[in-house]
Amino acid sequence: MAGKTLYDKIWETHLVKDLGGGTELIYIDLQYIHEVTSPQAFEGLRLSKRKPWRSEANMATPDHNVPTTLSEREQGVEGIVDPVARIQVKSLDANCDEFGINEFTIDDPRHGIVHVIGPEQGRTLPGMTIVCGDSHTSTHGALGALAQGIGTSEVEHVLATQCLQQKKAKNMLIKVNGELSSGVTAKDMVLAIIGEIGTAGGTGYTIEFGGDAIKALSVEGRMTVCNMAIEAGARAGLVAVDDKTIDYVKGRPFAPSGELWDQAVARWHQLHSDDDAVFDKVVELEAADIEPQVSWGTSPEMVVSVNAVVPDPALVENESKRANYQEALKYMDIAPNTPIQEIKLDRVFIGSCTNSRIEDLRAAAAVVKGRKVADNIKEALVVPGSGLVKAQAEQEGLDKIFTEAGLQWREPGCSMCLAMNADQLGEGEHCASTSNRNFEGRQGFGGRTHLVSPAMAAAAAVTGHFIDVRTLSVS
Amino acid sequence: MRKFSNEQGIVIPLDRANVDTDYIIPKQFLKSIKRTGFGKNLFDEARYLDKGLPDEDCSNRPLNTDFVLNQQRYQGGNILLSRENFGCGSSREHAPWALDDYGIHCIIAPSYADIFFNNCFKNGILPVVLKEEIVEVLFQEVFENEGYELEVDLLAQSITKPDGSVIAFNIEEARKNVLLNGLDDISMTLQHADDINAFETRWQQESPWLFS
Repeated sequence: MAGKTLYDKIWETHLVKDLGGGTELIYIDLQYIHEVTSPQAFEGLRLSKRKPWRSEANMATPDHNVPTTLSEREQGVEGIVDPVARIQVKSLDANCDEFGINEFTIDDPRHGIVHVIGPEQGRTLPGMTIVCGDSHTSTHGALGALAQGIGTSEVEHVLATQCLQQKKAKNMLIKVNGELSSGVTAKDMVLAIIGEIGTAGGTGYTIEFGGDAIKALSVEGRMTVCNMAIEAGARAGLVAVDDKTIDYVKGRPFAPSGELWDQAVARWHQLHSDDDAVFDKVVELEAADIEPQVSWGTSPEMVVSVNAVVPDPALVENESKRANYQEALKYMDIAPNTPIQEIKLDRVFIGSCTNSRIEDLRAAAAVVKGRKVADNIKEALVVPGSGLVKAQAEQEGLDKIFTEAGLQWREPGCSMCLAMNADQLGEGEHCASTSNRNFEGRQGFGGRTHLVSPAMAAAAAVTGHFIDVRTLSVS
Repeated sequence: MRKFSNEQGIVIPLDRANVDTDYIIPKQFLKSIKRTGFGKNLFDEARYLDKGLPDEDCSNRPLNTDFVLNQQRYQGGNILLSRENFGCGSSREHAPWALDDYGIHCIIAPSYADIFFNNCFKNGILPVVLKEEIVEVLFQEVFENEGYELEVDLLAQSITKPDGSVIAFNIEEARKNVLLNGLDDISMTLQHADDINAFETRWQQESPWLFS
């Protein structure tokens, strides 16, 4: 009998019941909750007079709607100027109170983006099943947890039953062989992967990321890769547990300790695919071939090397793809064959659950240090992923490096990744962004997003255009 | 949940691949804490020429007359025809809520993103999967014939065209059952409460650090 994949192993240990017809009832160890996709779920509980099955298996924080300016944040929830957003954040507070759910409120020093603070607090543990009403829940797969985004009805379902009705996905292995060249990061790797397999390439699969280049990444880098599994269509991304994973978890506030720790670690060492495991699909990439990536269109698969030119739709054979390319270039107002480095930029955003951890900020600061934001950049935001990331960065003096260069140092939250708060692009503006989606209007009405790594965004901020960060001297 | 049995009506052709959920319902409308009222903001950025605001009266906003939802011939449409990877991106259930609130109860496309597809069944919306060639033919026929209607019969798993010809479609039995009967997933799962309790007891013994 063939061996098991990591996904098979986690799935099987969480199987409660076979419901027939391929649907199974899966136990969920942990649900993360935020203010945007949960109010209707809590309302559903109230209407049906249900209680959470296990309230302690949930953790909440408001992140999507929160402002990032210090003047607003100093006043806590009352500081939220937008009344509709304020009601939503207050609703989360009230719902968590009512249903006994642990919440990191807006004024808690540990507050931040849910996918940043979960691992940071040690709530995310290897081998867990995790859900959240947010597609970027895939992030937590970096720690060997099966983590998936769900809709609000399922948020309510998990609250009420601690389970999910689901069909098991297929197994895909994406193997990145060899070594990334210096200056090329986890973000470039995952953008190159999406460019290769397409935004629907992983639909119906759970993707395990493996190979030497993945093993060489830090846990934070692996989070960046797993975060964007959904941009390749896969609900979940996974990386096998190794010593780095265990070192990352050790000593975190919610991580087990003492005897329980030893017991847990013994189990976690089994969290890898067996050598003879069979995957339904295997994709291999060579890390050395990956250059710093920049997206040029309105889908994360529309990505090329910073040293390339924007594709010419006329050369695309597939009719539907050609139409997509034409539509995207029209929206982006970019001519075919434009060199990536000649795209005009207006704003820079460094943040989001993809790239707002300490490593990301260090990489950006290293590029920015001793330089100034270019004249044509109207605004460059740095938004740390959590209060603790912010404190750490300040301790290292990164905030000073950013502000001296002319970038703005903000309070934690999702910010301009989805622009639900005041951090938005103006109509027609181009932004070098470390976030995860370049969809039409994603960062603001009529805004134009280019997805890049933190180092590349920093390089764009100080030069005013895209440039291969490897050609800049970095301190 | 509303039952889905049969849907007959005008087909709205949204000729675009990879329609993402940001496109279906932009982020500013996600501030609502309700499940209803999203229909007027369905496809907001494509549908109107200005930037939409939550709770705004949309009746006087400037319309993008090129957009399919604004064309006279598709008014009152309740079946949406689109291209591959429909509903990709954000997990927001506001997307099916907006479609439903507008009056679209059935979607026809060659493929869907997983989370969106799943969300449809929680809201009485039927996402039909048809081969790309068949979808292509449907697009041509919709474009060529004003007032083009289809009749979608879930029980029979068939779509009847205006000329009387029939297209069969596949759907998982369990999902079909949920839609036909308007079943509540939570009640169904709670019927297995004993199994969940038994699992939990065993799991706590095996992995006590998850319960400490």
